[in-house]
Amino acid sequence: MEHYYQPEIECASREQIKAWQDERLVKNVKHAYDNVPYYRNLMDQKGVKPEDIRSTADLHKLPFITKEDLREAYPYGLLAVPLKDVVRIQSTSGTTGRRVVAFYTQHDLDLWDDCCARAIMAAGGTNEDVVHVSYGYGLFTGGPGLNGGSHKVGSMTLPMSSGNTDRQIQFMCDLQSTILCCTPSYAAYLGETICERGLQDQIKLKAGIFGAEAWSEEMRQDIQNKLHIKAYDIYGLTEISGPGVAFECSAQGGMHINEDHFIAEIIDPNTGEVLPDGEKGELVFTCITKEAFPLMRYRTRDICVLNREPCSCGRTHVRMSKPMGRSDDMLIVKGVNVFPSQIETVLLNKGYPANYQIIVSREHNSDKLEVQVEMTPEMFSDTLTEVSSKEKELIDALKAMLGIYAKVQLVAPKSIARSEGKAVRIIDNRNLY
Amino acid sequence: MTVKQISVFVENKPGQLAEFTKLLRQHNIDMRALSIAETPDFGILRVIVDDSYKTACILKDAEYIFSITPVLAVPIEDEAGGLDKILTILAENGINLEYTYAFITRNKDLAYMIFRVTDNEKAMEVLSQHGIKTICQDQLSSL
Repeated sequence: MEHYYQPEIECASREQIKAWQDERLVKNVKHAYDNVPYYRNLMDQKGVKPEDIRSTADLHKLPFITKEDLREAYPYGLLAVPLKDVVRIQSTSGTTGRRVVAFYTQHDLDLWDDCCARAIMAAGGTNEDVVHVSYGYGLFTGGPGLNGGSHKVGSMTLPMSSGNTDRQIQFMCDLQSTILCCTPSYAAYLGETICERGLQDQIKLKAGIFGAEAWSEEMRQDIQNKLHIKAYDIYGLTEISGPGVAFECSAQGGMHINEDHFIAEIIDPNTGEVLPDGEKGELVFTCITKEAFPLMRYRTRDICVLNREPCSCGRTHVRMSKPMGRSDDMLIVKGVNVFPSQIETVLLNKGYPANYQIIVSREHNSDKLEVQVEMTPEMFSDTLTEVSSKEKELIDALKAMLGIYAKVQLVAPKSIARSEGKAVRIIDNRNLY
Repeated sequence: MTVKQISVFVENKPGQLAEFTKLLRQHNIDMRALSIAETPDFGILRVIVDDSYKTACILKDAEYIFSITPVLAVPIEDEAGGLDKILTILAENGINLEYTYAFITRNKDLAYMIFRVTDNEKAMEVLSQHGIKTICQDQLSSL
């Protein structure tokens, strides 16, 4: 039997959804225009006034907003409510190291939690379940999002956060966790470890909700087999709210976008033109219910396809495919956003040449990040201790910038290929898309 | 008196050392001593050659990353306890060794140790107090 958290919304008629979107869009455009000078400028530059937006049919008239805008407006430039109304921030890395900060009022958090609650119930969760959240807690949205959703469903929530695999498995066995929420690579790792230790009999998991990084159908099969669960995909991004912007149902055929909160468009990443349904392009979101951070036409840079065909689960909200690539050079490594420009900034700050190469691979379902740097006379010394300590300095600086460990590989000068035009900076050996 | 050691960055990949020795061979450079410090990814090749100036020019042209470090070359008696005698002197005077390696020459009675210490002056002073002389680059070239 299909479970719904808010059946009257999740299975509403298309007319009803359109009516909600029309009304909320008009209201939110006015809210952003009146309260965010940055937005007012963007709209004025494009010659659009709030009164020009009368329904979703006018959506294409609004300017796009990008991660660069968010960076430029950092920290408070896009906040649409007084600080006294803000109760939380979450954050993600930006393009050149400046972080992106998203703000939430209590109302925003409630709606975000609702979205995650829908995802948990679509994965079969009820208040009888034990929801094991192994996403990181903190600035990262994974942990707080699923934690809030689980509370709404009324499930017993285990705020495990990431890491400490022994403790994860111990709790999973002792407290009989039934739903696991984490990155797919960590789920695969947990599955492997549980099999190695012969603990399959003591695990009572029935479902998993996995997101924050790209994963393939093969990986889904692998996780499902190892953990004897049904594995569900979830999609989200901090700028829009966090996980739960879209989620998979029992049909496991695309993720339902919560259209009562977010309007999705697919555009041509080069021209910005809106593409018809079914065509592959860049996903763009407009928030229509958010108070503190009401982004409109935010370019996600994720390439995917929308599917408006009715779904066997009964939900009427449009489905998005798994992201099939990016329209920028952002990498997602271990669930963390990594921009080559961040790595470049660190190298230049430390006096290294900007000729570098990033190699991402996946070993045992876990991402590995390696940065190849050309050795310089300044960094070289006749003693290993000295070279190693400079290498460690660089590793620490990269970790501070990226939030994750990157192996540094020192290579001979001029050994990294220099190309005439755009340098090949990234080698991604993971075959994710 | 010190000798000039040339330290060269090489990647830990097959053929890297051969490439280096080929270069020396092409330019008729004779090595007196060689030692390698290695990590999983790269190595530091340390050589003492007959003509360090020429070697440095060749390496520069070939775009190697290298450095030149003054190190101590100490003749020791090629017999049991020969090295211990010197290490004891250094230890008693609180001189820390970064690394050391040995080589022998055509002169059959003597072996040579290369010592890399942080304070060459102090090390030479305590060794000379014990009647031990370090050799200089010119002496080394003629060995």
